[in-house]
Amino acid sequence: MKRVFAAVAALAVTLVLAGCGQEENKQQAADKPLPDPIRFATEGAYPPYNMVDSSGKLTGFEIDMVNEMCSRMKVRCEWVVQAWDGTIPGLQAGRFDAAISGMSITPERRQVVDFTVGYASTPAYLVTAKDNPLQAVTYGMERVNLDEIDPAEQQAIDLVRAQLKGKTVGVQTATIHADFADKYLADVVDLRRYDTQENMALDLQSGRIEVGLADAVAWEPFLDRPEGQAYSFFGPGFDGGLFGAGMGIALRKGDDKLLDALNGAIRSLKEDGSLRKMAEQWFGFDSSMP
Amino acid sequence: MDLTLIQTSLPQLAAGAVLTLELVLLSLAAGIVLAVATAFGRLSRLRPLSLLVGAYVFVFRSTPLLVQIFLIYYGLGQFEAVRASLVWPLLREPYWCAILALTLNTGAYGGEIIRGGILSVPFGQIEAARALGMAPGLMYRRIILPQAFRQVLPAYGNEMIQVVQASSLASTITLMELTGVARAIAARTYQPLEVFLVAGAFYLLLNLVIAQGVRLAERRLARETRR
Repeated sequence: MKRVFAAVAALAVTLVLAGCGQEENKQQAADKPLPDPIRFATEGAYPPYNMVDSSGKLTGFEIDMVNEMCSRMKVRCEWVVQAWDGTIPGLQAGRFDAAISGMSITPERRQVVDFTVGYASTPAYLVTAKDNPLQAVTYGMERVNLDEIDPAEQQAIDLVRAQLKGKTVGVQTATIHADFADKYLADVVDLRRYDTQENMALDLQSGRIEVGLADAVAWEPFLDRPEGQAYSFFGPGFDGGLFGAGMGIALRKGDDKLLDALNGAIRSLKEDGSLRKMAEQWFGFDSSMP
Repeated sequence: MDLTLIQTSLPQLAAGAVLTLELVLLSLAAGIVLAVATAFGRLSRLRPLSLLVGAYVFVFRSTPLLVQIFLIYYGLGQFEAVRASLVWPLLREPYWCAILALTLNTGAYGGEIIRGGILSVPFGQIEAARALGMAPGLMYRRIILPQAFRQVLPAYGNEMIQVVQASSLASTITLMELTGVARAIAARTYQPLEVFLVAGAFYLLLNLVIAQGVRLAERRLARETRR
């Protein structure tokens, strides 16, 4: 295997789902009353968003959230367990009315379905050893949203940059986190690009890198392991901007009445802080979106 | 074809090519020393030595270079004893890990090539040298090695070119050499065609120089025999 030619071109395959036959239904759908019951699809295999507990019952952050939304909307709701890859086709075929499965809002999906406002985004977090002086610094913010950076957020970013100056920082190559590091850190840190998240964690342990940057959920397996006990998050979590628009509930295009109702319910959960509380319960940190 | 992308990525790719060149030159320099030592070790009449060297050649020729790089870089770093040792300042750097892996790898292949070259010298010449009362050292210097090197040159040129290709695996341990830079740019721009075309051109150029160098050396050595 000496003769390995390692240059492997990355092949970006974009699946464009065709949204046929939607136009003629649009007008009818807008006039339709809310379905009764509203059928929600979820995968049941994406902890902690949605999963099946030992007694076979659906549970998770999204399950709690939707159940609470339904009681606030005073409507009956039903759950449908749907494999991830069939989620959008099943929605279009009318097998259920809404889908909530940790689905990120992307421009490609927006072409075939409508999304509610975002309800969660797992931020990017920096990780280092618990006894590292970086942990002791007060960064002033828990979350930095990169959409519109206000002075306080800019200050937090500048502080992170100042603290990380000259340090060795790892990211996984070809991720939005690498893009973030390129844009906000590359000029002050020694940036190392890893092929996998696992290898980055290994080098964090061996001390080759002092800091790693990745999605909060991607960190969890490492931080939960015995070897990961000596490490933890530090500084603010980053989201928005190049990290995308978060996760939303997917609906058939043109189901405007249902969309408005769901958006209203999500907003009310945000306003009284219950969404934040649920997020902290399920993720151990605030993953909700403002 | 995005010509602006080619233009803007050229300086970064050139910096990557410089790192590739460093890796290749250092590994080849250390590798040829190791290869000669390996060849002599294999030919040694000291049984334990030749067995030991044979085992080294077997291991490094029979496992993928990628596995060797990972074992040296991630594997060794797992041991507290290694991290506390004197060699850790070198082993903690991906740069030296890559050079170590490439050197050990090319040393194994090169050792076999050189061993073959030494064995290709007709035994009659060795007998004649001995009959003249030549000491083994002098015999090697004057009779065997000059012929062996001429013999192995084409095969060794091949090996040098392989080291250039193999150096691209250093990108898997975070080194931003030519392939590493190209992958990072391709991932950011979603335009792999342009970037890898330029990277490929750099590799071609590098290997062109090596191939020409080997050809030149071959011609020179051939002239010496004609004289």
